[in-house]
Amino acid sequence: MRRLLLGVVAAAATLAFAGVASAQNFDDPKEFDAAKQLLEMKPEGPAGKPWEQHLGGKEVDTAKYKKPGPYHICFSNAGVNNPWRVVGWTDMQAQVDMLKGDIASFTHADAEGKDDKQISDINAFVSSGKCDILIVSPNTTAALTPAVEAACKALPVVVFDRGVLTECPVTFVNPIGGYGWGIQTANFIAEKLPKGGKVLALRILPGVDVLETRWSAANRIFKEKGIEVVGAEFTDGDNAKTKAIVEDYINRFGKIDAIWMDAGATAVAAIEAFEDAGQPYPIITGEDQEDFLVKWKKEGLTAFGPTYPTYQWRSPVIAAVKILKGEPVIGPTWKLPQPVITQETLDKYVDEKMPPLHYAMCGCEDMPGYPEKWGGKK
Amino acid sequence: MTLADTLPASRRTRRSLPVPLLLFLASAVLYVGAALYTGQLNQLGASGLVGLAQRMVGLGIVALGQTFVILAGSIDLSVANLISVSAVLASFVMQGDPAMIAPAVLLVLVVSAAVGFVNGGVVAKLGVNPLIATLGVGLILQGLLSASFNNFAGSVPEAFQGLAYGTIGIIPWSVLALLALAIIGALLLRSTRFGAHLYATGGNMDGARLAGIRTDRITILAHVICSLMAGLTGLYLASRLRSGAPWVGRDGVYDLESIAVVVIGGTLLSGGRGGVWGTLAGVLLFATLDAVFNMLGVPAFPKQVMRGAIVILAVAAYAIRNKGPVA
Amino acid sequence: MSVAAAGEPKWNGGMSLFRKINIAVIVFVILYAGIAILQPNYLEPAGITNFLRRATPLAVLACGQIFVLVAGGFDLSMGALVTLTVIGGSMLTDNDPGNTAWAILVLYAIGLGVGLVNGLVVTVLRVPSIIATLGMLLSLNGVAMMWSGGSPRGYLPDNFRFFGRFTFRDVPLVGSFPVAVVVLVVVALAAWWGLQKTVFGKRVFAIGDNPRAAALSGVRVEATRIAAFVISALAAVTGGILLGGFGGVSVDVGSGLELQAIAACVIGGVQLMGGRGSVIGAVAGALTLFALFTLLNLLGLPQPLKDTAQGVILISAVASGAWRRRRAG
Repeated sequence: MRRLLLGVVAAAATLAFAGVASAQNFDDPKEFDAAKQLLEMKPEGPAGKPWEQHLGGKEVDTAKYKKPGPYHICFSNAGVNNPWRVVGWTDMQAQVDMLKGDIASFTHADAEGKDDKQISDINAFVSSGKCDILIVSPNTTAALTPAVEAACKALPVVVFDRGVLTECPVTFVNPIGGYGWGIQTANFIAEKLPKGGKVLALRILPGVDVLETRWSAANRIFKEKGIEVVGAEFTDGDNAKTKAIVEDYINRFGKIDAIWMDAGATAVAAIEAFEDAGQPYPIITGEDQEDFLVKWKKEGLTAFGPTYPTYQWRSPVIAAVKILKGEPVIGPTWKLPQPVITQETLDKYVDEKMPPLHYAMCGCEDMPGYPEKWGGKK
Repeated sequence: MTLADTLPASRRTRRSLPVPLLLFLASAVLYVGAALYTGQLNQLGASGLVGLAQRMVGLGIVALGQTFVILAGSIDLSVANLISVSAVLASFVMQGDPAMIAPAVLLVLVVSAAVGFVNGGVVAKLGVNPLIATLGVGLILQGLLSASFNNFAGSVPEAFQGLAYGTIGIIPWSVLALLALAIIGALLLRSTRFGAHLYATGGNMDGARLAGIRTDRITILAHVICSLMAGLTGLYLASRLRSGAPWVGRDGVYDLESIAVVVIGGTLLSGGRGGVWGTLAGVLLFATLDAVFNMLGVPAFPKQVMRGAIVILAVAAYAIRNKGPVA
Repeated sequence: MSVAAAGEPKWNGGMSLFRKINIAVIVFVILYAGIAILQPNYLEPAGITNFLRRATPLAVLACGQIFVLVAGGFDLSMGALVTLTVIGGSMLTDNDPGNTAWAILVLYAIGLGVGLVNGLVVTVLRVPSIIATLGMLLSLNGVAMMWSGGSPRGYLPDNFRFFGRFTFRDVPLVGSFPVAVVVLVVVALAAWWGLQKTVFGKRVFAIGDNPRAAALSGVRVEATRIAAFVISALAAVTGGILLGGFGGVSVDVGSGLELQAIAACVIGGVQLMGGRGSVIGAVAGALTLFALFTLLNLLGLPQPLKDTAQGVILISAVASGAWRRRRAG
């Protein structure tokens, strides 16, 4: 019994000490600079098709995967638990339709946001022997790494959106990412904000790497430029809560000049809080969601729409077919451009016929079944 | 496959109906049918079946524990949060160092037992309704955990990953561990005084008390067992995911799903009747549904609707014979 | 579901109820004082009505949940029904104000159907309500997603959002007055009258207290129970209309609200497993819970500690109630 207690005390002591060592670094100056460089790079590849373009990167030889078609593609999806993933998933299915001649079957497994289930799903695909290639959109980076490593031994793998901690997939497709988002948005606010203006940062929830890096990059720029951030609050992505928080800040500070958001889902609710309080609209950065774009246009806001483009769901399907044909693809990391929506380009993306939570940077306008498949009206 | 060997034990549970056998057969028919229908014959081979069994482990361990509290007439909504706590504690203490495996495991078990003790104490001694008591404890745990950690914390050493990834021949350790825990649970319920007292407490608490059973202790012990099982699930997840994050338990919906499979397995929600084999068969049904839905390519949303309907219908299938009032 | 409450003496006296309501009210006043210290404008009439407006959806849900709780059951499907209402509202109205009236009717019809199914599954199929409404929760979430293809397809028109969002300006005495607060008063009065002033209400208490005795004394236990689930579902639809109105369309507005509604009732002195509780308590419990959230936000505590505080309050509210009952009995 005493030994057991000792062991527990020792473990508890480690707990106390280990805190610093294990802190995840979401504010990495190297990554920040890398993102800055990527933002300045000119995308290469077919014009007007950003999902086939790339920023730098090298081609990898895929001759060893060459097979006669048509192909059986398998896809392990983290889930369709938010509108962004719903739009992306629709994109992906439409892309499969477009490549029907090369694709004999497209089987998917939805992990419903559970790491444990996704590991089993991937294992089941591998053991089914029915897949020529496996596409994975991991639920979390670290947890899915072993399963992806195991899958790599049996068949070619393509990963997109969140990554894995191994280079074994043929390619990992993703846009510039969180640091780029933070740089783009904070620079916009810095440019438009009157001197001494107050910024309120609205974040969804802590601990999600793609969101944390957006905030760390933006905050770095705010600090560099001496911009006052009066608060950074978590909204849980909940409209009612967002409105309440913004109302409280308006009451406390009298005036809020700009709203920075790490994701745009509740942007309209934040704007409505200003309407309900009878206050002028703030400068705001949202996202490429239609409800925000429509509001932006209707009210003539000073606004900015960064994107984490949903067209990235098209790229892995295109890559998969190329790999099985033995054609070279960009790898082992394939960086996609990450465009923004500005006042100048707003008209191109705003579309009242599309549903409010549709993501405009879907690259889907030319796809079969648009707009109905995405919930829009002709 | 592994389950078949153990099925005869179902006759010894308190229910006269072989619910576990029925569920097992239903699962087998579904699984084989889907594999034949979609032509995925590989899923009927060894690796496919092992994959199916692996799907059972996480939910299976925690559901075994939930069986004990439900048999005692209580319930535990804090298991999902405790699973997260255990997974994070384990990987955080280990920090990839094999020497820390033993202390980390001990710490997790001690913390889990303590949580179970608090749950049981609040229910049995303070007289708080178990739903509220364990919901409250779960909220407290989750709050403290998420305030201290907001991502994957630490990592487990290679040796510890053997728990989830190691195999004997082709059968994973973890599947054998689940089976072993089920057998121990069954023995505990069937052949010990504690088991008899547990059924008595859950079946009729006043009667049990009059008969001299210390029902408070029984309830507390059941909660300690349940929490220990949740702790083990946390360890398993830390091993399988290589690390623990404060959301692994909640994202797995282990609280509601563990209650659902226990009840599907024929254990009465009001306590006193049921057993671990029914629970295990319920877990098998859930794992089968996952695998079958994948094979058939059922989209995520209809799948949710069907799962909800299956939970209700499975329980209704034998609840309807119950003549007492239901609320 | 005879759990911890088994064996405890049931108290039917009005005095203990009275004392318990007071406690929820007292806790609320203390919390609200804390809020006012941090942010004085919460003491102005506009601040108070604005607080009430935000708390209204939760209070309305609590007013429905209490019927099921007093009857001895649980309704876990409320949150999912709120989500379905918001998404369904966006699908049906599609930003055309002309659609609002019939869309709201359809939504209430859906609520009626959900409540009936919940009630029938419990009474006819004899599935315990926790499991029945849990299954309904899973299914409704799936139905909302299937209906909309994963995300709402239309906007909510302004007249749909009137109840949750609109505020009357230049009202004498209070300055501004949100419509939602009117809804809260109407719903709370209706619930109070229904539960505490009608024969039906007495039957709800009776079947929660002792269903066998109630049946023997001629109460139609099953019909009463089904009606309780229908009332709860209709309250959830009302909550959904308010939340959709306040915040606009989104996909997971309702998640977790069912537990908050139960927690609100419990804090307000409603006894799980039935037989005791009051609408005033449920509303006070909802306001208390919401004041707690607001206070923790204003304190700038780490977000997750909100959960911890909620857990502590829940357990202590129920434990103190159980303790006083035990002493009294």
